[in-house]
Amino acid sequence: MSKRCVNSFSKPLASSLIQTLGLVVAMLMLSGCERPSPESVQSGYRGTGMVQVYNTRLLEIKTDKNQAPVALPSPGSDGPKAAQVYKNVKVLGNLSVGEFNRLMVSMSSWVSPQEGCAYCHKLPNFEDDGKYTKVVARRMIEMTRHINADWQPHVAQTGVTCYTCHRGEPVPNAVWFKSDPQPYGSNFMGDKAGQNTPSPVVNMSSLPNDPFTPFLLGEQNIRVNGPTALPSGNRQSIKQAEWTYGLMTHMSNALGVNCTYCHNTQSFQNWTNSPPQRTTAWHGIRMARDLNLTYMESLTEVFPAHRKGPTGDVAKLNCATCHQGAYKPLNGAPMAKDFPELLKPALVATKVAAK
Amino acid sequence: MADYQNLFTTVQAVGPVHQGVELGHGNSPRTGQPLINYWIGKLGNAQLGPIYLGGLGLASLFFGLIAFTLIGMNMLASVNYDPVQFVRQLFWLSLEPPPPSYGLRIPPLNQGGWFLIVGLFLTASVMFWWARTYRRAVQLGMGTHIAWAFAAAIWLFLVLGLFRPILMGSWGEAVPYGIFPHLDWTAAFSLRYGNLFYNPFHALSIVFLYGSALLFAMHGATILAVTRFGGEREIEQITDRGTASERAALFWRWTMGFNATMESIHRWAWWFAVLCPITGGIGILLTGTVVDNWYLWAIKHGVAPPYPEIFPAMVDPSLSNGGKP
Repeated sequence: MSKRCVNSFSKPLASSLIQTLGLVVAMLMLSGCERPSPESVQSGYRGTGMVQVYNTRLLEIKTDKNQAPVALPSPGSDGPKAAQVYKNVKVLGNLSVGEFNRLMVSMSSWVSPQEGCAYCHKLPNFEDDGKYTKVVARRMIEMTRHINADWQPHVAQTGVTCYTCHRGEPVPNAVWFKSDPQPYGSNFMGDKAGQNTPSPVVNMSSLPNDPFTPFLLGEQNIRVNGPTALPSGNRQSIKQAEWTYGLMTHMSNALGVNCTYCHNTQSFQNWTNSPPQRTTAWHGIRMARDLNLTYMESLTEVFPAHRKGPTGDVAKLNCATCHQGAYKPLNGAPMAKDFPELLKPALVATKVAAK
Repeated sequence: MADYQNLFTTVQAVGPVHQGVELGHGNSPRTGQPLINYWIGKLGNAQLGPIYLGGLGLASLFFGLIAFTLIGMNMLASVNYDPVQFVRQLFWLSLEPPPPSYGLRIPPLNQGGWFLIVGLFLTASVMFWWARTYRRAVQLGMGTHIAWAFAAAIWLFLVLGLFRPILMGSWGEAVPYGIFPHLDWTAAFSLRYGNLFYNPFHALSIVFLYGSALLFAMHGATILAVTRFGGEREIEQITDRGTASERAALFWRWTMGFNATMESIHRWAWWFAVLCPITGGIGILLTGTVVDNWYLWAIKHGVAPPYPEIFPAMVDPSLSNGGKP
């Protein structure tokens, strides 16, 4: 075998090409890495993969974004009641004038710091219900009270205020609408079956990207596992499992946690070895469903068209609306205790007044 | 001979290009003018072509192209025929199987009808290609090992898309034709059936998958390491064992105690590769049909280890909440 048979490409060119190629491949592989290296914290029995993975750099950003504002000092409950002094006070009439004004000022800083009182009130007539935002705000106060009083299995004593979701924005950062019907030229091919789109809702996976309509508005079955080792009538399909998977991906994303925050790695279905957070999350799903049905949907007629989704539905909430990337909203800051008026259950639910 | 001691082929022995052996009656002529390419020679033989197409090959390509085009057209339609979005979203796009509600009935075209048509054409294409590998091997006077190894992969393919959906009574159980969608399907499959890692056939399949890679690396490294003694002439060394074969055998005998022969290593590799899809296919065929929850199955049979309970005792909240899950 003579070397003369060998093709006469120059060797340096070939080897520099290979080196360049190697460098490019190495860069491509490293681009999948995170900085700094993520930290993992063990949360369950050793060797079972029960860990939470954190990127300290992103965690710091998230922590800064989830700081609760300082509460204004309380003026006390003495003095005349708001209902006696102001007109058209339907929900907060029992507060003292001082408490009432403190809450109003706080609300404008929580919800509409740019627009101020005029965002909800038709100045100078504060009692006028002419702006839809005032009607919505009244209903939202009732909702806040309902959450703090009736959903303690989820919010515990920490409770919520307007700021938990609003964070200085008239519309909370994370709300959802029913997904737009799929546009395609002809109707005989190209059905995406509600999935297969890079959607941030499901962390850019190809999972069904509106898991909220069936689970956080409807009461579709989230559980897909059967209760027995051998088949005994569980007809849940793999496709249904994908819808559940979509919802769970949203939850993991919204809370900034891994699956193992709530589930054990052996069996996602098994409750006995699950972290206690799973119960809290279970109630959270029911809470979101209740609030969407009872409070958000009831405001459908009140909201103007430009605040509604592509199918004309009202903005609704999911896990991310409150959590915004933190395992506890505002990192668990007990903000509501400074506003005892938000903790009481509404005695009589007011009727939602249409415009 | 030291030229063989490299990760890439550095010696390219190039002779006059050739058409190959004479073919007997009933064979079609080979297609294409053979050419020599240096870069192809870096990886394999520097001669490209001619290729044998034949009736089976043409039939396979025909049906395969129909399936490929139908998948692509469905993906393109799903982004409203926007070529830019087609490229951007390509890894997310998919042709989905019918909704489970259709069972084994024929659904409308846009709700899985295309999926069934594509499945038919793709299966035909794969079957023709299998017949082609079988017939070409026979024509060359070879054994049919390659065809049977390919058949093992086809077994897994048919289990996923045909046998299991029929046994489950729903085309919706089949795997979508899409890059990310089929991966999400795989994860959802495990989630639905209570963690596939407790499926012993899944475990076996992984053993043979990783085992194949390991054997391949061991064998390749061994032969490269003894090429300086002529070890790449494996077939001759089976019967006329030279110093290369002796050294390779001694190396593994000294390091592991047990060694393959120049012949048996190829049987090890063939069986490892073939058993990967065979065991995997069995595991998938049993899932949902015979076993509904692999975790509970593993607990029942002592396969899953009991871990100490370190969290406070948890009770399913749906039990105390009106039974609504």
